[in-house]
Amino acid sequence: MGGTGAEKPTLIRWEERNGEKVAVRIDGRLPEQLRPIRIEVGVLGNADGSALVEYGATRVLAAVYGPREAVPRHVALPDRAIIRCRYHMAPFSTEERKTPAPTRREVELSKVIREALESVVLTEMYPRTSIDVYMEVLQSDGGTRTAAITAASLALADAGIAMRDLVAGVAVGKVDGVLVLDINEVEDNYAEADMPVAMAPSLDKVLLLQLNGVLTHDEFINALELARRGILEIYKLQKEALRKKYVEVETSTTG
Amino acid sequence: MIAMSITPSFQPVMPKLKRYTMETLLARGVRLDGRRLDEIRNIEIVPGYVEKAEGSALVRLGHTVVLVGVKTDIVAPFPDTPNEGVLVVHAEFVPLASPTFEPGPPDENAIELARVIDRSLREIRAVALDKLVLEPGKHVWRVFVDIYVLNHDGNLFDASMLGSMAALLVTRLPTPVKMEDGYRVDRTRYTMMLPINHKVVSVTLAKISGKLLVDPTYEEEQVADTRLVVAVSDDGLIAGMQKTGMGSLDYKEVLTAVSIALNKAKTYLSKLEEVVVPYRARLEEELSKQEKAEETAPPQPAPRREHLEAETIEQPEVVEETVVEEEEGKEPE
Repeated sequence: MGGTGAEKPTLIRWEERNGEKVAVRIDGRLPEQLRPIRIEVGVLGNADGSALVEYGATRVLAAVYGPREAVPRHVALPDRAIIRCRYHMAPFSTEERKTPAPTRREVELSKVIREALESVVLTEMYPRTSIDVYMEVLQSDGGTRTAAITAASLALADAGIAMRDLVAGVAVGKVDGVLVLDINEVEDNYAEADMPVAMAPSLDKVLLLQLNGVLTHDEFINALELARRGILEIYKLQKEALRKKYVEVETSTTG
Repeated sequence: MIAMSITPSFQPVMPKLKRYTMETLLARGVRLDGRRLDEIRNIEIVPGYVEKAEGSALVRLGHTVVLVGVKTDIVAPFPDTPNEGVLVVHAEFVPLASPTFEPGPPDENAIELARVIDRSLREIRAVALDKLVLEPGKHVWRVFVDIYVLNHDGNLFDASMLGSMAALLVTRLPTPVKMEDGYRVDRTRYTMMLPINHKVVSVTLAKISGKLLVDPTYEEEQVADTRLVVAVSDDGLIAGMQKTGMGSLDYKEVLTAVSIALNKAKTYLSKLEEVVVPYRARLEEELSKQEKAEETAPPQPAPRREHLEAETIEQPEVVEETVVEEEEGKEPE
């Protein structure tokens, strides 16, 4: 992928551990290891639902407004809610300043994220309304679209919107020939492939799938399996974070 | 409006009876137009359709018609890739192609299509960008691939990908003329074929009532839950992928879809071999003849296309959209 013009760092070191050769990544992780993930739900006062998600240094804030009146009215649909989605990166979230105007990349990602959410939100329960999902990447270190969709589904749940399942996402990459889970920015810059995946984990449905790079058929099968394992881990953390919010509410009202 | 992605409110009416017929036929493994589930419609490729373009191709996929033109110019390379030419892919869904298309800057569908094709070409290095350098860090060729959808009857991804690949395969580079402050392009005389490393095609599958269909028509796309686009290279590698459209795929369906795509890619690839590769060979032969002729006689200023003057004036690009044209394929993450 793009590269940065600088000298390529050593992304994979092969180490001897317990008599076995293991690949160690530039940040010390094993290939199938996620970055430290932090999830917080209900972080914004004005939004109907919100969530902050961190995958390592990647930090994404999502907010949901709605269901509310769809304006202008002609965009409303008689039998379901419309979903309006915006994925956006803050100008200061990247190495070089990113223009605040929406780029072609952000237009595409807003679309694929919306399409992923459409099949989990029970839109038919809220006819003629609009459910607005805003995602802001505050800091970008790879995997921002998947962190964004993880955050968006939590914000929807936090807003009390009926859903078939949560959505969790993670990007799998191929770095120096090794398939790695939850690719970070340095890895992505020099990766042979970057594959963001989002799933409805309980339904075992794939909602978002993109491949930016080259994989063999076998590598793809393994990469998808790796993504699924990561997604199930993130899904656990999502449910924990949601529960935690309501436990806190309970203790604060009773205590 | 462009700042957000919104559930499309214009949904063409699909008669319930037709949808029902489609679904009952599918249960028996037949499609509305009589095709098998994994059958691709009739493919026609006309290479060199636009003579003024450095390369072009008209592709018909059933009733879907896509025209792709390649233009080139000489620019400074991106600072982080001083030893590579520049590839730009752009798609226009012109309003004459479908009642659902409207005039204006590319919408999210056109942007998505262009970006998926851009990635599929870029990542496997289909175009040998490293051979498009005149002076490293200073002057390189820029290759514009412009996709023009002329008639939309479904599966714009495959038709556009096939058209782009065909147009690139028959692209000839004009003559760079050294000036005091850089280069100008003499479009009256070609010097070489655009160097190509790989041929890439895409195979799109639509999921309708639990069945996977190859090469969906417009009607089928309207009924489909979702689609998966799989780009496949001539050496059998997966060169890109995109799930597009609302709806979901079961985990197992993804694996099945990819296997089908890898297999069906051969149909598109063999069409390229059959029609476009011989055309490229003929152009190559013409170029080598021209070179030999010039060795014996000094080059005549007589242009082969008299109506075309060498272009020296930089036309400012019309900026009509709020969306920033970023450097494709260089994602900030």
